[in-house]
Amino acid sequence: MIVLRLALQSLRNRWLTATLTVFAIAVSIMLLLGVEKVRAGARQSFADTISGTDLIVGARSGSIQLLLYAVFRIGNATNNITWPSYQDIASRPEIAWVVPLSLGDSHRGFRVLGTTPDYFTHYKYRQTHGLAFASGAPFADLFDAVVGADVAAALGYKVGDRIIVSHGLGAVAFVEHDDKPFRVSGVLEKTGTPVDRTVHVSLEAIEAIHVDWQSGGRVPGQSVSADDVRRMDLKPKAITAALIGLKSRLATFRVQRSINEYRAEPLSAILPGAALQELWGLVGTAETALKAVSAMVVATALLGMVTMILTTLNERRREMAILRSVGARPRTVLGLLMAEAGVLTATGIALGVVLLYAALLVLQPYVDATYGLHLPIEPPKPAELATLATIAIAGCLAGLLPALRAYRLSLADGMTVRT
Amino acid sequence: MVAATSKPRAETPDVIAMSDVRFVWPGRNAFSLAVDSFALPAAKRILLIGPSGSGKSTFLSLICGIVAPQSGRIEILGTDITRLPASARDGFRAEHFGIIFQIFNLLPYGTVIDNVLLPLSFAPNRRKRATAKGSAEDEAVRLLTRLGLEPNLTRGHSAANLSVGQQQRVAAARALIGSPEVIVADEPTSALDRNRQAAFLDLLFTEVAEAGATLIMVSHDESLAPRFDQVMQLDEIATSRQGADP
Repeated sequence: MIVLRLALQSLRNRWLTATLTVFAIAVSIMLLLGVEKVRAGARQSFADTISGTDLIVGARSGSIQLLLYAVFRIGNATNNITWPSYQDIASRPEIAWVVPLSLGDSHRGFRVLGTTPDYFTHYKYRQTHGLAFASGAPFADLFDAVVGADVAAALGYKVGDRIIVSHGLGAVAFVEHDDKPFRVSGVLEKTGTPVDRTVHVSLEAIEAIHVDWQSGGRVPGQSVSADDVRRMDLKPKAITAALIGLKSRLATFRVQRSINEYRAEPLSAILPGAALQELWGLVGTAETALKAVSAMVVATALLGMVTMILTTLNERRREMAILRSVGARPRTVLGLLMAEAGVLTATGIALGVVLLYAALLVLQPYVDATYGLHLPIEPPKPAELATLATIAIAGCLAGLLPALRAYRLSLADGMTVRT
Repeated sequence: MVAATSKPRAETPDVIAMSDVRFVWPGRNAFSLAVDSFALPAAKRILLIGPSGSGKSTFLSLICGIVAPQSGRIEILGTDITRLPASARDGFRAEHFGIIFQIFNLLPYGTVIDNVLLPLSFAPNRRKRATAKGSAEDEAVRLLTRLGLEPNLTRGHSAANLSVGQQQRVAAARALIGSPEVIVADEPTSALDRNRQAAFLDLLFTEVAEAGATLIMVSHDESLAPRFDQVMQLDEIATSRQGADP
């Protein structure tokens, strides 16, 4: 096809503007697909953070709030669960396992979680993955601590190091439990979940460091040494939340209802999946806004292409007149310009996809390490392919604008070769 | 068939026969052209003399079928092209016309050969004739050589850096390839100096004669007249005026 070859040569003749146009489209495509990737990655990352837990129990509050502080360490608990209530719920026959969580202290900006060694066996992420130790073992002694991978990496901790836990959650601590230092007993493997940024200690240890405290401060003149504390009764008075695994999933709603109607104190039990859905409902608007913005960027790139083709039309009236004189129909001229728009759009889309995957390959480890966000490198999903096809069609249709103008010009010019 | 001409109906029809043609360009600067009666016999070299603004381009657009008149008949080689739909007129032009413009004849980004072969994409019969003795490329090279283009400029060479004279030779080869019946040349030599003008016309005449085609050349230069079989004044054929009323 000599006409098609000439059309491509014409495009190559204007390679600089054509290349820039293709790049503009490619970057917009990269943005559009990238936003979708990050969105899906973030959702997956959230959804992957907790698996295998049927119910989360905490003091009565909204389900999103309970999910956020119990699992994602975002925000704070409004209230606690008393230890008797916890034990009462834990003894229910439908319950296979229960892991208590006690929050409220921090270590150099990382949250400290009081729990039991069961946490390391029952906590699951990414469907079936359990926690594994990179080195060391779960806490055995009262003042043992297990640190997450990010904590170990950021602070350079290894098994045997001594650390001091601060009261409260700020990165800069004003009151420290410096009379009761901890020893790192284990370092966890990287999970890509908030576990990586958590210091784990036993429930008794949380109790022990607060034994001589009242109302968030040390009681003046009353100091209990670390050795004395070991001889005290360290049974917890309250915990923040609990993860529950049931023997049968069929019992989920029954157990949930009975906890929600618990008489001794106001409690909430939530299904992690349902709470996540609620959360997506909340952030859905922001996601839609992001999508709309990236769609507008694509539209801008296509407009740029139309402008580029339109500005070349005048200098190409000669080309049109020559083509018409050798017998090309106005339709052919129209088709050529639409084909040009189509080629530019298709090339832009292809380049955009290539750029996106290149960026993913380069940035994936960094994003994973910095934001705990795992962006999977996988072939485009059918929905994404449909989006790309829609953009390709939109590009060809956008080409109609200059094409129709060229059509009109070539009819009006007749045999005259304009320069 | 050629009712408007006084000549009796010949064995071969006139190349062009026009009668009662009225045409107005659409748009703001309406320019109209009227041809009451005009006939052009076949296989001749005809010079149409017309100063600029006399409606040359409009006249050529009409006989080439790029535009259609609002009324009247235009018969080309016995076919009334005003009755053809627009796309059929385009196909008719591709098959039967070779057109040489005054200047800017070539697609600058294409090769010389591609420029010459361009009409064949739209004219299957011309392609058949052009490939009767070999490949279309060989025929293009043969024509270019006959028209005096240096051999190193033919194959694979870009059309962008040819001189004006060389460009006109390539344009002539494009008009001649596949032997169309009518060659229309719109002041093809006006951009050339006297010597080159004569040389170009010599080559063009030879090739047109060999193809048995009719050459219709339009010019404002009356000094070319002795070299043509017939000279006609465009303003005697057509009346043109600025305004919507033909």
